[in-house]
Amino acid sequence: MSLTNTSSSLSNSSIEKRWRRATEEPAWLRLSLILIALAFLGLFLVLPLIVVLYSAFSQGLSAWQAAVTEPDALAAIRLTLLVVIIVVPANMVFGVATAWAVAKFEFRGKSVLISLIDMPFAISPVVVGLIFVVMFGSQGWLGPWLYEHDLKILYAVPGIVIVIIFGTLPFIARELIPLMQQQGKEEEEASLTLGANGWKTFWYVTLPNIKWGLIYGVILCNARAMGEFGAVAVVSGRIRGETNTMPLHIEVLYNEYMFTAAFAVSSLLTGLALVTIAIKSAVKWNDERRQRIAAA
Amino acid sequence: MPNLNQPRNVIPGFGLTMGFSLFYLGLVFLIPVAGLLIFTTTMSWADFWSAISHPQVVASYKLSFGASLIGALINLFFGMLVAWVLVRYRFPGKRIVDALVDLPFALPTAVAGIALVTLYASTGWVGQHLDVFGIRVAYTQLGVVVALTYIGLPFVVRTVQPVLEDLEAEFEEVSASLGASRFTTVRRVILPALLPAALTGFALAFARALGEYGSVVFISGNLPYRTEITPLLIVTKIEQFDYQGAAAIGTVMLLAAFLLLLLINGLQWWASRRH
Repeated sequence: MSLTNTSSSLSNSSIEKRWRRATEEPAWLRLSLILIALAFLGLFLVLPLIVVLYSAFSQGLSAWQAAVTEPDALAAIRLTLLVVIIVVPANMVFGVATAWAVAKFEFRGKSVLISLIDMPFAISPVVVGLIFVVMFGSQGWLGPWLYEHDLKILYAVPGIVIVIIFGTLPFIARELIPLMQQQGKEEEEASLTLGANGWKTFWYVTLPNIKWGLIYGVILCNARAMGEFGAVAVVSGRIRGETNTMPLHIEVLYNEYMFTAAFAVSSLLTGLALVTIAIKSAVKWNDERRQRIAAA
Repeated sequence: MPNLNQPRNVIPGFGLTMGFSLFYLGLVFLIPVAGLLIFTTTMSWADFWSAISHPQVVASYKLSFGASLIGALINLFFGMLVAWVLVRYRFPGKRIVDALVDLPFALPTAVAGIALVTLYASTGWVGQHLDVFGIRVAYTQLGVVVALTYIGLPFVVRTVQPVLEDLEAEFEEVSASLGASRFTTVRRVILPALLPAALTGFALAFARALGEYGSVVFISGNLPYRTEITPLLIVTKIEQFDYQGAAAIGTVMLLAAFLLLLLINGLQWWASRRH
């Protein structure tokens, strides 16, 4: 009796071993795959991050402070903030309106609309700049008319604002559309049937539901707007202290061999990027936790 | 006649939201894009052709398409590996690594550009070690590949990851219980299931790389015929007030982006049908 028992437990464990071999990888392979992946990410993600922070502070805190408070840097920071104060709310209203139309209604051409929203993402930032140079430039469509009426769009703030609106158009809409589609419209219908009007329903029912997706979309849009480079480089004219946004100021400093100052200004945008991905992770973990609770 | 099976949609605001959305898209996107395309059509065919087929421009296409393709291929391979490791294995710091994958998406391209050239210059942390073997990255075509790999990194990971998470363990177990080795299961069961998502990520990385400007111009050195990417050529032409030349090349880039988006939509449709 005891003998058969032992043999059966033995064969059990050997079956288990064979089973594991057939459905997962051996430990040495798992470890090497993890190490290769981490080496790749270390080289491409972590090293650039470290080099920015190291170079920004390598001359000490006072050099960093001097670089980010020098008049041209302050002008670039002010301009960048001014631009995002216009761009982010504009794209937020667009994102919420589009997501509402797409998620709550059926209409023909919906997939075309969604593809259209994706499009600015695939267009080169340089081509975005070019599009508005052709629109507003001296030899462009509206150039002569703008000149006659003494309106400046190119090489001025309006041009910078419009190329950044174009470039960051998809980000908030892209976050909200799948989120609102997934949530359906039952809750809004309940609210409306109970007598609340449309605005009240949006404010008290929809907005709390999409709050986190909206916050991440806004943060991402903000980070991308502050960091937009190619399109702004084309339309801003790179006038120092006037039409240089932070990324353009970084370029100027770098090309003038003021590396510490270039990295000091870069460290501000890098901090913003880190905050952005931290908020994205927080939103994702929050979602996963809620789904686990809902499933349990 | 109204469809009685479908209750009337009680939700208001379709006219307002749809109207605003189309107005906004038209104003900041459709009209300006159409403006560029119409501007290009005012050129004669001969002028257009000579602008887009100048040897310097053709050299830039070769570099832009070639380096974007190599970068996207690197990301296809490593992206699938990273997605696999993040979904299937446990290791310390996994959540931080997972979050960091999005960094190239959030970091301004100009910052990425000066960070990469500082790393890969022959005196840089990475460049000095490669220099020993005679490998030069900064101010060469290899540098363009490095920058385009960097900015395309999140795409394959983020398209493959959710598919891998949703993949039912049953398929692998069936394959294993039918006697397939682990290698065969991965090759014949898992990889085909990931293929549409992986190709979507690959196409997104390629599209993003093709138009990239900020991270490349610092590390490439911008030598005509050698390390000059197509977007840089457009910038140069605009700065010389050669709007027509810039518009012609820009139209080519715009058409390439449209075609890639069509391809990506097709891939996504294929992927959703597979589910």
